[in-house]
Amino acid sequence: MNANPIANILSEKKKEQEGKIVLETRDIKISYNGEPAVKNVSISIPEHEITAIIGPSGCGKSTLLRSFNRMNDFVPGASLQGQVLYRGIDLYGKDVDPVEVRRKIGMVFQKPNPFPKSIFENVAWGPLINGYQKDIYERVEKSLQAAALWGEVKDRLNSSAMTLSGGQQQRLCIARALAMEPEIILMDEPCSALDPGSTAHIEDLMFELKQKYTLVIVTHNMQQASRVSKFTAFFDAGNLVEFGETQNIFTRPKHNRTEDYVTGRFG
Amino acid sequence: MISRNLTNRYFIARTFHWFCFAVAWIGVLILAILLFHVTREGIQWLDLQFLSDFPSRFPAKAGIHSALFGTLWLIGLTALFSVPIGIGSGIYLEEFARKNRMSRFIDLNISNLAGVPSIVYGMLGLVIFVRWFGLNQSVLAGSMTMNLLILPVIIISTREALRGVPNTIRQAAFALGATRWQTVYSHVLPAALPGILTGIILALSRAIGETAPLIMIGALTYVAFVPEGPMDDFTALPIQIFNWASRPQQEFHELAAAGILVLLFVLLLMNSIAVIIRHRLEKRSR
Repeated sequence: MNANPIANILSEKKKEQEGKIVLETRDIKISYNGEPAVKNVSISIPEHEITAIIGPSGCGKSTLLRSFNRMNDFVPGASLQGQVLYRGIDLYGKDVDPVEVRRKIGMVFQKPNPFPKSIFENVAWGPLINGYQKDIYERVEKSLQAAALWGEVKDRLNSSAMTLSGGQQQRLCIARALAMEPEIILMDEPCSALDPGSTAHIEDLMFELKQKYTLVIVTHNMQQASRVSKFTAFFDAGNLVEFGETQNIFTRPKHNRTEDYVTGRFG
Repeated sequence: MISRNLTNRYFIARTFHWFCFAVAWIGVLILAILLFHVTREGIQWLDLQFLSDFPSRFPAKAGIHSALFGTLWLIGLTALFSVPIGIGSGIYLEEFARKNRMSRFIDLNISNLAGVPSIVYGMLGLVIFVRWFGLNQSVLAGSMTMNLLILPVIIISTREALRGVPNTIRQAAFALGATRWQTVYSHVLPAALPGILTGIILALSRAIGETAPLIMIGALTYVAFVPEGPMDDFTALPIQIFNWASRPQQEFHELAAAGILVLLFVLLLMNSIAVIIRHRLEKRSR
């Protein structure tokens, strides 16, 4: 641990401020047609931080992420046991409307998936269908600025989103999610379809975003996890093997399996 | 050794290429021969008088006015009913219905219905619409019968078009807190519209050429007036053509050929409109 006791106390205090939990799963089990994909996972996502979920393919990390905004509802045969608490409310409770959940917890997907419409419409659609009454232009500009895309598209808001490059499209998808002013943004391998330049761009963006939002990212890229995240969860075969500060996961992993994975021995 | 093998493979590839090319042109060629034959026979009868005259037992005075308008009425009414019902069913089955035993049962039945011979629908129409509902041989009864015939086709092509819309679009909309209806209405349906329209036009083109069910429900062959409402009697182009072709005189055979030209022109017109609409929609969504 740290040699300087004062620094220690300070960091403890900082932790207290930061450590507010916004999302928490309690012993959840997710299965597809009876086949378990996520087994008895309890994990807490702290507010205004970036939490990375890593692990080999098929370990259930995407499934877990999608349970946070009930996107698994659309997968036929998917079922969930246990609780996913968002600020103390069980997202799978009886009187919870999944549509309401997704307004608060946004998502960015692996492959950029803008709507085949104009750049403006892409960002404006979410607020508009949810009954946003105020100045929609302002909201679109704000969201595009927050996603570091405004400068590149401000002169062609009416051209099709399909004319943008892959990296721009992904930032548009982030802007689209931001326009809903969610509290949490889930990102499912947001850079896996992008080139290194665009990836760096998005990673910078993540740092900006964590001031206002809580981010949970699933990634295959361990460098990315170590670069951007404060906390890391390592999954293997549907189990949460290890969860802690990213620094510790990468430098002092407690489990052999974690060490093997982060050092690239498998996965 | 390697190079000989490669030459061989190129030969097979080229042969297959030419085979496909030839097969693709057979259909076009047959159509061209047919068109040539019909045009040669019928072109001399094709004038404005032919379009504005009612049928007559004198070939020189005979025209297809009532049949042309009968067909327009028939197709118009059929589209009026079958388009909303067909698209609605397609959307329900593809986007809303749970995939369970019930929906699979409906699926199977619709696919089967698409393959039922048209004469069977004619019999059904005769019993249900003409007799039960008491619609007689009206253009409404005719279009209802046509509805039965083309609804499965429209439903299947609508579902096919909806299935072609990438799931990532739906997920993007859902992730923004959209309801299923908002997702379908704003994103899935516009993306699928070109395909749906194509299906509708193909189905209506099939209806326009159908004769058997109309004869079955007792549509008249000699009609000297244009329908003024859905309850009026009617005749249609294929019936008129059939009627003329079955007469012994050579002149009537030529009239039939002229009628075929008109029918083909209407078909071509419908298909071109579909292509134009489709092209516009696709350009807009890009």
